[in-house]
Amino acid sequence: MTSPAVSQARSSTDEPVLLDVSGLTVTFGGVTAVGGLSFDVHEGEVLSVIGPNGAGKTSAFNCITGFYKPTAGRIRFAGADITGKRPALIAARGVARTFQNLRLFGELSVLDNVRAGMHVRIRQNAFDAVLHTPRYRRSEQAATDEANRWLDFVGAAGNRGAEVRNLPYGEQRRVEIARALAREPKMLLLDEPAAGLNHGEKAALLDLLRRISGLGTAVVLIEHDMGLVMEVSERIVVLNFGKEIADGTPEQIRADPAVIEAYLGSDDAEAEQEAERIAGSSGAQAHEDPTADAASQEEDR
Amino acid sequence: MSDEPLRGSTPEDPSGFVRAVDERGAATVGTVGGGLTPTGRKGGNPVSRVVGHPLFGWLVIAVAVALPFVNSSAYAIRISTDALIFIMLAVGLNVVVGYCGLLDLGYAAFFAIGAYTSGVLSTTFGWPILATIPFVVIAAVIGGLLIGGPTLRLRSDYLAIVTLGFGEIIRITANNLDFTGGPNGVFGIPDFGDFGLRSDIATYWVVVVVVGLAVLASSRLGRGRLGRAWRFVREDEDAAEAMGIHTYKVKFAAYVTGAIFGGLAGVLFAVHQTAISPPSFNFLWSALILMAVVLGGMGSTPGVVIGAIIISLLPELLRGAENWRYLIFGVLLIVVMIFRPQGIWPHRVEEKPDRGRRRRSSPEPEEVAR
Repeated sequence: MTSPAVSQARSSTDEPVLLDVSGLTVTFGGVTAVGGLSFDVHEGEVLSVIGPNGAGKTSAFNCITGFYKPTAGRIRFAGADITGKRPALIAARGVARTFQNLRLFGELSVLDNVRAGMHVRIRQNAFDAVLHTPRYRRSEQAATDEANRWLDFVGAAGNRGAEVRNLPYGEQRRVEIARALAREPKMLLLDEPAAGLNHGEKAALLDLLRRISGLGTAVVLIEHDMGLVMEVSERIVVLNFGKEIADGTPEQIRADPAVIEAYLGSDDAEAEQEAERIAGSSGAQAHEDPTADAASQEEDR
Repeated sequence: MSDEPLRGSTPEDPSGFVRAVDERGAATVGTVGGGLTPTGRKGGNPVSRVVGHPLFGWLVIAVAVALPFVNSSAYAIRISTDALIFIMLAVGLNVVVGYCGLLDLGYAAFFAIGAYTSGVLSTTFGWPILATIPFVVIAAVIGGLLIGGPTLRLRSDYLAIVTLGFGEIIRITANNLDFTGGPNGVFGIPDFGDFGLRSDIATYWVVVVVVGLAVLASSRLGRGRLGRAWRFVREDEDAAEAMGIHTYKVKFAAYVTGAIFGGLAGVLFAVHQTAISPPSFNFLWSALILMAVVLGGMGSTPGVVIGAIIISLLPELLRGAENWRYLIFGVLLIVVMIFRPQGIWPHRVEEKPDRGRRRRSSPEPEEVAR
């Protein structure tokens, strides 16, 4: 494994394609949530999927992870067709996700929650558990140690033996990410991980995302916090009305007229503010690249 | 920054990350587990410290084994055997309802399948009881597959309705078939052998051994990989599925495990009663078993055992109240559920820091070692 510092620097778009979504369409009755969406994710890259509310981001996530059956289209992951497969089978292939609204096993311990991610890797059967064979003891001990390791990795504080629902919200977010990481995914889908986090927690999340990327895992992010998105993403895909309207580096996206229009709409003052936030967000990025920032602001006028 | 201090790896201290990556996969014990705070080590009040102690289970078994030496009246042996069989049913249903969260309202069906399979094979064909056990297991599994197969794909509300119907179908079928003896049932079921003892005491000890093993097995099943998967499904089916857990297979495993426990309890019941008939397996049985699980504490083996003992012995202890006893029984249950809705002995989530005898650099190692 390489050091986390270099993960940002390397260009992941040269890596082989890990996830290939083509012509993905989801309709609910007469409503088209996703209409012919195509994009790909390269191995080890950090990709953000952004778009206004109702653009079909979460629906696309749910198709990729098997929770929705796509009406049309094809999804290939690591060379295999996973279209319409059962979520558990897709997860076993190396796709882990978190949920928009926390979906932890509330009444179970923090450690047990993380052990869920390791479930398919724990080598033990029911007879081992009943007879307490050496294999049972070994696998349980290893699972506990590894769960602790993942909790250390995400920086989870608090009593790990206690019910997870008693943790503060930010901690629960962290545990959910630890659970997904324990799946040792090739690709991690995070659905609005920064939602409900305060400023400091967002900074910690940004750091965590970089360290996750340093593990070699591809990270796909749905996020509304543009500062975070611009900071962490190597590439951004923008959706509107279930279609991809832009795909490029944060600098390109910030300057893309189609993106600005999607957020701007017509003469909506609120949307204008939103667009300005995209264009002018991420102070750190602006320091690094003042020309790009200036260019994007010019585009905005 | 004004947020709470982060433990382990923070933006300021990236070494936590490096350590995590380097140590990933290595099974040797290091400083991990430091996040387990020592709260809950003492296990609360004196009662929970006694009941929660690992030796407590052995004490209960010792009392159960010793009972015939203390009181060997036919009445004491009979109600004790009934209570033990009821414990087995309750821990079996606990796998389905307590661990996996599947509401089964017709659990007596598997009890009936076990009792009838064993009873018919041993009386009509003259088999020894032990030889019928493999067929009881097969019959229980088939019953579980028939009902679980189509319904476990659905959410558990549907399962409740289907199992309710299944329980009645099995009873009514037994009432109407010729080879099950119709309303008269099956009688003259042989016992396991008397081992040179009074036959009811011999049966009692066999039941103690079988039920003891069943309680141990169900408790251990609940703590292993499969048991955790059951709890994941109970808590959040979608999240479990997203972690690669095939929820349908896991629910099926719970349902079939429950069926096997129920079937084997049926064998004990058939031997103990020597005669079985359809009214022995009515809906009241299913409801009482479920009540034992809920009363004791869903998902908690000691709780369910306590619940089963209360449900089976309380009506006997209230015999002095004559016709009032079922009214008092009902009122007592309501009172318990009002003041203790989580059950008498609920499942403790708190994991002990010394789970798996982890060696760690604790300031008070002797206390950790207990």
